[in-house]
Amino acid sequence: MLREFLILSRGGQGGVTASRILASAAVLEGLWAQAIPEFGAERRGAIVKSYLRVSDGPIARHSNVRRPEGVAVFSSRILDLVDISKFAPEGSTVLVNAAEKPKIPGREVYYVNATSIAVGLGLVIAGWPLVNTAMSSAMARVFRIASLESVVSALSEYFKGELLKANIEAAKIAWDSVSG
Amino acid sequence: MRRKVVTGNVAVAEAVKVSGVQVISAYPITPQTVIVERIAEMVERGEMKARYIRVESEHSALAAVYGASAGGARAFTATSSHGLLYMYEMLWWVAYSRLPIVMAVVTRAIGPPWNIHSDHHDALTARDSGWIIGFASSVQEAFDMTVQAFKIGEDPKVLLPVMVALEGFTLSHTAEPVDVPEEELVREWLPPREPLPFKIEPGKPFSVGNLGPDEVSMELRWLMWRAMERSRLVIRDVDIEYAKVFGLRSYGGLGEDFHAKNSDYVVVAMGAWSGDAKEAVERLRSEGYNVGLLRVRFFRPFPWEELREVSQNAKAVLAVDRAVSMGHRGVLGLEVSSALGGKVPVKNVIAGIGGVDVGPEDFYSIIKGFIEEYEYGSIEGWSRPEWYMPWMEVGGG
Amino acid sequence: MGFSYKPLNPEREGFEDLKAFAEKLLAKPSPGSAGKTGMWRLYRPVVSVGKCVKCGICWLYCPENTIIWPFRGIPSVDYDYCKGCGVCSEVCPAKAIDMILEGE
Repeated sequence: MLREFLILSRGGQGGVTASRILASAAVLEGLWAQAIPEFGAERRGAIVKSYLRVSDGPIARHSNVRRPEGVAVFSSRILDLVDISKFAPEGSTVLVNAAEKPKIPGREVYYVNATSIAVGLGLVIAGWPLVNTAMSSAMARVFRIASLESVVSALSEYFKGELLKANIEAAKIAWDSVSG
Repeated sequence: MRRKVVTGNVAVAEAVKVSGVQVISAYPITPQTVIVERIAEMVERGEMKARYIRVESEHSALAAVYGASAGGARAFTATSSHGLLYMYEMLWWVAYSRLPIVMAVVTRAIGPPWNIHSDHHDALTARDSGWIIGFASSVQEAFDMTVQAFKIGEDPKVLLPVMVALEGFTLSHTAEPVDVPEEELVREWLPPREPLPFKIEPGKPFSVGNLGPDEVSMELRWLMWRAMERSRLVIRDVDIEYAKVFGLRSYGGLGEDFHAKNSDYVVVAMGAWSGDAKEAVERLRSEGYNVGLLRVRFFRPFPWEELREVSQNAKAVLAVDRAVSMGHRGVLGLEVSSALGGKVPVKNVIAGIGGVDVGPEDFYSIIKGFIEEYEYGSIEGWSRPEWYMPWMEVGGG
Repeated sequence: MGFSYKPLNPEREGFEDLKAFAEKLLAKPSPGSAGKTGMWRLYRPVVSVGKCVKCGICWLYCPENTIIWPFRGIPSVDYDYCKGCGVCSEVCPAKAIDMILEGE
């Protein structure tokens, strides 16, 4: 079965990497996956969309995801700027990086404080907390994409050394602390 | 065999590495840049024993690999859009000199307005130049086609340059699982290049393409045309052989038949969106429509025999184009109607220009509309192309 | 699925074509591939040994490579291939090369 997800992040937060980490994790579980960034005239801070598809067979389509079953919002402030109902269809699941649970009517809402996890582990570059690992891990759990073990092994394709250790830690904390 | 989750650009760079390319020269342009950045890193780290020549323009990039290839090396470059247009003169030099260079063209719309997303106009400007032109439809195929390109182009029966077109962003920046064969196995299958059709080296002076009688030019074009015709067989053999040797899939040669043979309606498309079209075809078939798809894998040489074969019993054919020839039809639409020679009515739809997203739902409505039009009797032998722009109130031809 | 493949040209070997291609595209340099071009000449350059300063500028400028110049010596002309263009006479700083009408 083909499953489709959307990530709304800010340029620099690692939304594109998050979709790739999850694609790798899904492939490690024997699934097929596709991570598509939607590029435009992006710059640091602009809202960036990335798509993720997971399936039990090869994925033929390459177009944008239009009706995702799950949407991950990498900054709760994005909710103040966009009408989330345009991105997350009625009945879909929304996961937000937030300190407390946001209210989004008609959607199943989960939240995780990925910013504080990143800051706590020193995962900050140029003033930007790198929330992508924590968010991928929370996405993997909430959207049931992959196990924590697969997320952790996928991380080694993207990070090395001390950075890898901190990211694995972030993934574990996020997996345990995500709540609905 | 290793299964990796990589983007189309990284897959092409990996293919260049395992193919034992000796000389690379390129100039960066979005969305191709990652290919040559990745190759530069591999050369710098010593993972690839190759020379990387930095140049000041795309024209120089292709000129540099021309020299390398004329000197007997296996050479590669990559570009997109305006970069390809800038190297246009050298494109013909390479082909007319019969140098089997491989170039990845990450397709991107031509400006203005400035646009980094994909349509097929850039790659198709090479149509008549003598390059073999392939279009990949997945990240795996971008990898496979790049490795195969060296085998095809360097075959002494062919000796033509090969362009591997992959859709900008849709494939170049999209990560998918790719099965990468072991480098030693690829090298065994693709041994070092034989320096044909000639090798420039110190101490043995000769000149390439000296001024001569007009008849010589014509004879050289005729020989080239024969080589391009022979390449049909080589492309097909290489596709089958590659699948066997590496335990990967065979795509079907010049074209891929997806339920097209013996269907009432045949859709023709090429590139990454063919997958979206396939999903629409599958859905329509499940609803009882007798429809199939021919995916054009190689635009040059054009799979006219395959097209005629699959549409032998077809009532009508639909060509969905991502490029238009101003003053006529879509580029693929023109090829399809000329190959069928008026035997079957051909409808032409132009969509996805400038990277406009076209998904399975769009293909569903395009194909269903085509079938209904035929059944109402309103598809003539030749018609103006239809512009698919669902966001506009007024569309049509 | 798959195609029944009928090639346009059943000939599988392209090697004959390849040989023909290389022969036609490539030109190997050799003296006098267009015959003895000295026959084209109307005026003949003649070096005055007494005026020549042995600078070699005529040798440097000759577009047909028909000036024979022993380094720092007095040049002579290969009349088999000199077309009589007169560039050597024009560039000679000592005015030591005269163009003489053939037959005189």
